Amino acid sequence: MKKNEMLPYGQQTKTGVSRRTFLKTVTGTIAGIGVSQMFNPALVSALEKALETHPVLWVQGQGCSGCSVSLLNNVDPSIADILLKVISLQYHPTVMAAEGETALENLYRVAEKYKGKFSLVVEGAIPMAANGKYCNFGELNNKEITMVDVVKDLGVKAGSVLAVGTCAAYGGIPAAAGSETGATGVMNFFQTYGIKTPVVNIPGCPSHPDWIVGSIVHLLTKGLPELDSDGRPTIFFGNNIHDNCPNLKDYDAGVMAGKLSDAKGCRMDLGCKGPDTYADCYKRKWNSGLNWCVDNSVCIGCVEPGFPDASSPFYEPA
Amino acid sequence: MAGCKPQVVPVAAGKKIKVSIDPITRIEGHLKAEVEIKDGVVVDARIHGGMYRGFEQILIGRDPRDATQITQRICGVCPTAHATASALALDDAFKVKLTPNGRIARNLILGANFLQSHILHFYHLAALDYVNGPDVAPFVPRYAKNDVRVSKDINDVAVGQYLEALEIRKILHEMVALLGGKMPHVQGIVVGGTTEIPTREALNAYAERFKKVKKFIMEKYVPIVYLLAGPYGDLLKTGGGYQNCVAWGVFPMDDAGNTLHKRGVFTEGKDYPVDTDLIKEYVKYSYFEDSTTGLNPAQGRTIPNPYKKAAYSFIKAPRYNEKPHQAGPLARMWVTNPELSKTGQEKLGIKRMRDMGDAAFSILGRHVARAEETAMVANAVEQWLSEAKPGKETFIPAEIPDSSEGLGLTEAPRGALLHYIDIKDKKIANYQVTSATIWNANPMDDMGQRGPMEQALIGVPVPDTANPVNVGRLIRSFDP
Repeated sequence: MKKNEMLPYGQQTKTGVSRRTFLKTVTGTIAGIGVSQMFNPALVSALEKALETHPVLWVQGQGCSGCSVSLLNNVDPSIADILLKVISLQYHPTVMAAEGETALENLYRVAEKYKGKFSLVVEGAIPMAANGKYCNFGELNNKEITMVDVVKDLGVKAGSVLAVGTCAAYGGIPAAAGSETGATGVMNFFQTYGIKTPVVNIPGCPSHPDWIVGSIVHLLTKGLPELDSDGRPTIFFGNNIHDNCPNLKDYDAGVMAGKLSDAKGCRMDLGCKGPDTYADCYKRKWNSGLNWCVDNSVCIGCVEPGFPDASSPFYEPA
Repeated sequence: MAGCKPQVVPVAAGKKIKVSIDPITRIEGHLKAEVEIKDGVVVDARIHGGMYRGFEQILIGRDPRDATQITQRICGVCPTAHATASALALDDAFKVKLTPNGRIARNLILGANFLQSHILHFYHLAALDYVNGPDVAPFVPRYAKNDVRVSKDINDVAVGQYLEALEIRKILHEMVALLGGKMPHVQGIVVGGTTEIPTREALNAYAERFKKVKKFIMEKYVPIVYLLAGPYGDLLKTGGGYQNCVAWGVFPMDDAGNTLHKRGVFTEGKDYPVDTDLIKEYVKYSYFEDSTTGLNPAQGRTIPNPYKKAAYSFIKAPRYNEKPHQAGPLARMWVTNPELSKTGQEKLGIKRMRDMGDAAFSILGRHVARAEETAMVANAVEQWLSEAKPGKETFIPAEIPDSSEGLGLTEAPRGALLHYIDIKDKKIANYQVTSATIWNANPMDDMGQRGPMEQALIGVPVPDTANPVNVGRLIRSFDP
């Protein structure tokens, strides 16, 4: 990969795959489609090149590691292939072998070496109150640094940032009413500090593994995906859940579920926030396409910027 | 000094060396370890909990039913346990009694994630302390001298199992999702039971997946833990700390509430029934207002003060009857004292958990207890599958009480979990969570007693301060 093929933010311009083909495979047309179709041979070879020049650095702030755990549930490619073949994951607190200063030195070394090229993944919110003291990140050169320091330092150097999960995208539960920590998402943080690196929000509590892998692959092969006004890729977050819900015909016919364990009927009277929520869960579903929130219970609007306050109380109609 | 660089540091005999490891990785959350080494062993230790979100503050004023959703987000590895504890607290406050199928469905959801969490912990969090991954990121960099003692053959087998375990834990999450909606963060566990009545198809899909999981547990996970006891036998002799255990019990096996794991406390060599009034949370060394120290969770308050001078952790220090206690698979297995698996009985030449004696309270002992518990829960899953009734109700609707209190006691994979709710005017007036890692990774208390993880570090050998491998091994044995 030559340098002149890089956009200013380090995104590649050429992959050997047309944008149209790529989008078709990512979005899919049938329910529950995974990202496996993205992995045709041309794309794999593009990814192998990206692997050398576009490492991924994954940092965690005020989160629960749920998005990392969700990523492990990726179906195809398997997480083993993702780790060994698709992504050069140079920093990830939950999986990497290193600890302590060895880990942090590597983080800063890779960020410097691949300045403008690496992708920074942020999981968890960034607590801006109390000089960042609500989230210690680690020790570098015998000095404690905070999540605020790290996102500032690496945010400037990154080619692109993926805010994975609703906490990193919009603040999420750590930023809910009652919080004292000044928790916020990456875009708001960047605005505060005038950092211009492009950010892709991949919300969800947790984020779906297809959304994470699909967005990373899109960045590595095609550059920034098309984003909606909340910074989310429209290929995953472009459609309303209620308008596409398999229970919509029940709603139209006035068949409403009366209690949580009712299998039939629209769930709106039980508090379902599908009408206010934009994501493709209705066709993608979760955990290898086996189930999803609305079939099981109700949607609580976890991909939306206002989550949880805007959709709380979860079990009362909006 | 940071202590992680691969240069040799000459250490004079009798001289104390401070080593700080920050961050401790391959855990859930943010921890820092600060230890003092003298003559090659740890003589003092401090565990810093470095992150605060404020769940207990955020919950105040909300609809009580929201707690099962919000508290799950405390931990993405064990959300089902927080959902369960929260639902139990709400069941108690709403005065609702589950149907048998609701109880069994909750067990099937929580049980599958117990197995998932233990397998994830051993292979994907802890194993890299004992075997080397492939020589690519994220498996490098690692300590220059990481004390890996297994042969290349065993290392290859372990790496193969690491990859296979990724698939197995994914299957376990599918099992959770079949009844719980999705995972992480299930929709299915609510006050009054579970939201999805299991169909014959869902139970078959669960059972079919479970076969593969059980084979892996019995033929791979349990045996490889005992295999490590060969080259790492010395790790059965260190890292015990206080031999005090709290276990609230988990998995109700009948409608009377008898649990698979017994509820009990083990303090200084004696067994006691649980009295939750004896739990107090101290904050002298925690970043919380001193005025809130020594409170029982039912009176608990959470007022952060990140500037407090004496403090070094965002974790409160809970004590049972004023004593530090450890929580987790070892505490549960010690309190319950079940027969070990066939493999365990053969390898150790003993019958029950307590026959291990002091060796159970060790770095490797905690891994043995966790693996044995995985086998035990897997057997129970089979029983619940045979008891689950397709199509039978799992949910009892209940009104939010005007005012009420509720206590939920259960176990997360990593240990004893307590949720307390106080409802006033149909809203949450107070909510307190005392979780497993709070029991294990807490700082010193007001009486000057170290936390269990800190105490367990005392005496752990660190012959090479540039590569303090055993510190991470000890901390990860608790699965924080």
